[in-house]
Amino acid sequence: MAGVTSERALSWERIRKTADKLTTPLLPDDYLTLLNPLWSSRELRGRVEQVIPETDDAATLVIRPGWGWHYDHRPGQFVGIGVQIDGRFHWRSYSVSSPPKKSGRTLSITVRAMPEGFLSSHLVNGLEPGTIVRLATPSGDFVLPDPPPAKSLFLVGGSGITPVMAMLRTLDRRGTMSDVVVHYASTTPERMIFRDELVTLHEKHPSLTVHQWFSDEQGIFELAQLDAVVPDWRKRETWACGPAPMLDAIDGHWKAADLEDRLHLERFSLQLGGDGGEGGTVSFQNSLKEIEVDGATTVLEAGEQAGVGMPYGCRVGICHTCTVTKISGTVRDLRSGDDYDQPNEQVQTCVTVPVGACVLDI
Amino acid sequence: MAIADVAEYLHLTPEDVEEIGREFDAIRERVERARGEKDAAYIRRVIKTQRWMAAAARIGMIVSAPLDAKARRPIVAASAATLGFAKILENMEIGHNVMHGQWDWMNDPEIHSSSWEWDTAQPAEQWKHSHNYIHHQFTNVLGVDNDIGYGVLRMAREQKWHPVYLGQPVFNALLAGLFQWGVALHDLDLEAIRKGKKDPKEMKRQLKQIGLKGRNQAFKDYVLYPALSGKQWKSTIKANATANFMRNLWAYMIIFCGHFPDGALHFTEEELDEETRAEWYLRQILGTANFEGGKLLHIMSGNLGYQIEHHLFPDLVSNHYAEISPEVRALCERYGIPYTSGPLHRQYGQVLRTVMKLSLPNKFTQDDRPPTGPEVTIGHGRKLQEDRQERRRELGAWSRTERSPA
Repeated sequence: MAGVTSERALSWERIRKTADKLTTPLLPDDYLTLLNPLWSSRELRGRVEQVIPETDDAATLVIRPGWGWHYDHRPGQFVGIGVQIDGRFHWRSYSVSSPPKKSGRTLSITVRAMPEGFLSSHLVNGLEPGTIVRLATPSGDFVLPDPPPAKSLFLVGGSGITPVMAMLRTLDRRGTMSDVVVHYASTTPERMIFRDELVTLHEKHPSLTVHQWFSDEQGIFELAQLDAVVPDWRKRETWACGPAPMLDAIDGHWKAADLEDRLHLERFSLQLGGDGGEGGTVSFQNSLKEIEVDGATTVLEAGEQAGVGMPYGCRVGICHTCTVTKISGTVRDLRSGDDYDQPNEQVQTCVTVPVGACVLDI
Repeated sequence: MAIADVAEYLHLTPEDVEEIGREFDAIRERVERARGEKDAAYIRRVIKTQRWMAAAARIGMIVSAPLDAKARRPIVAASAATLGFAKILENMEIGHNVMHGQWDWMNDPEIHSSSWEWDTAQPAEQWKHSHNYIHHQFTNVLGVDNDIGYGVLRMAREQKWHPVYLGQPVFNALLAGLFQWGVALHDLDLEAIRKGKKDPKEMKRQLKQIGLKGRNQAFKDYVLYPALSGKQWKSTIKANATANFMRNLWAYMIIFCGHFPDGALHFTEEELDEETRAEWYLRQILGTANFEGGKLLHIMSGNLGYQIEHHLFPDLVSNHYAEISPEVRALCERYGIPYTSGPLHRQYGQVLRTVMKLSLPNKFTQDDRPPTGPEVTIGHGRKLQEDRQERRRELGAWSRTERSPA
């Protein structure tokens, strides 16, 4: 089967390659999008099919991706989404809340409008079905293994439910729901996203336990109470997603119990795992500019400080909009600590810092 | 005659010059802030229209092939014209402006100066160097801006006469008809090649790039689409040649009307010494000419009828030039800066007169330009990169690919 598909894909590729000669210097896709905006694999894109309100301030966007999208994200991963506001594309990343489905035609992301979040408010309140958005391939390590562990625990705060929901839906779809405890905190019942669906899932799968916690009434959930609520938490593989202070507390608690390898955290901000670089002089060859920066300044920030018109997108290493060719020198990826020292290498400027002098092709 | 110091030529005090600079900066900032959804919709609409036109023209030629001659001819003629207009629109309002970075603010990878490739023989990368940088930064500086005659014509009295220029009216006609190929060779710097100053490795790289792009362009227009038209291949070749010819002629005329009418002045290299941003603005105005016309004419010219506004703000969206033009003009009047404009036919008439006159030695003809300064005679040749000023950011970027690893 796989052979047939790849052969078919190959001949389809060949047709497109031949058609290139007809449309040069453009691609056939550039003309096909005149007929249907989704008929292009030049850039990943999708059309918003539905905006489903979940709570007063949260909504699920059902997106139909265009060509080139593989429905093989792992449950828990996030996607980059680029939305045009006032003529300009803005990028953010959100967890996919729908389960991966090879035969799928849509994917869903669930977004809560943050008071300060100009893009999230737009997504929840301003997005019309039919809008074309840009997409970046799914990524992230906050994922559920298949088969799932025998015993697991999900600690969720607020809109942190979205990646967890993708995992629970996957367990439901695959019929592999094991002994799962979800501890889900929200300010009020009204603001609790997917509350009804969680109840339904529990009714369907008795091995799934859902604890709801409403912090407006019950106060902040203290981890000291965990022993009472989930007595066997130490024996469970744990996934936690929510606001940063909650994750910090959980991280500390698990570390104190010496169980950190059983804990998976999802933070929606750039985690600078690797050591910073040494800093150095970054030269922008075509702009004829250079700047001396320290090891905590990303190449993107260096370019912006030097006044170079750097391309940028999500600024957290997801969307690859900021990728530029590094002609020489070494840069370090802040997420992994890996060094990139090959000449003429593509580097993501928003998550790399210079290690000594380097030259960029911009 | 050429200007060695813009401020002195315009009798402006250093304070005036800086104030003018500030006023232009203010216009730039205002347009930058005003860019938004309407502008994004505009460029998308233009691109969509252009692609529909191109597709319709190509399909028209193919589907009309089996029809009898009486039905076929008008379809092919309409297709040829539509394709010509599509190529014009693509080269002028879309390609030229996108490659200047006018639409980079949208952060849209599909409409971005770094990735746009246009429907002409010149590779985008070479265009961005010869045009965005060399021409826009060194506008009308003798011996530095290669657009003064493109290394083929003598378009300034300061350029040394040679008997070969007697053929200039013929060269001019050839350049007009084959403009896309002339432009394709532009970044090679023919003058430098003639003088043996060109780096052979770089020349080989550029020629390869031009060859590849040119081959794809020619193959599409003269092999592939004719082949798809079956028995009518000859008529498709003719139609495509006509479309290319239309575009060549039009692009040539618009570009020549930007810097060769009588009001567009030349500068000596002294002007570049310690030239401030405000003085650069003044040089752009003095060295450039507008032409007047309706909205459609301006769109089909890539808004280069507002060549002065374009030269002041090369990376601002072209659909705003019309609106800032009266303001630029009023500012020029207030400070007594000449602002050259006129109907297209008059501007082109002046260009043609200069082409004819300068085919002869200076002593046989009279200068039509306003007197500007001392008589000078210059050789020709582009300066080496290290001798040049730092590039101005607002011109639009350029880059070189295929570097051998260090």
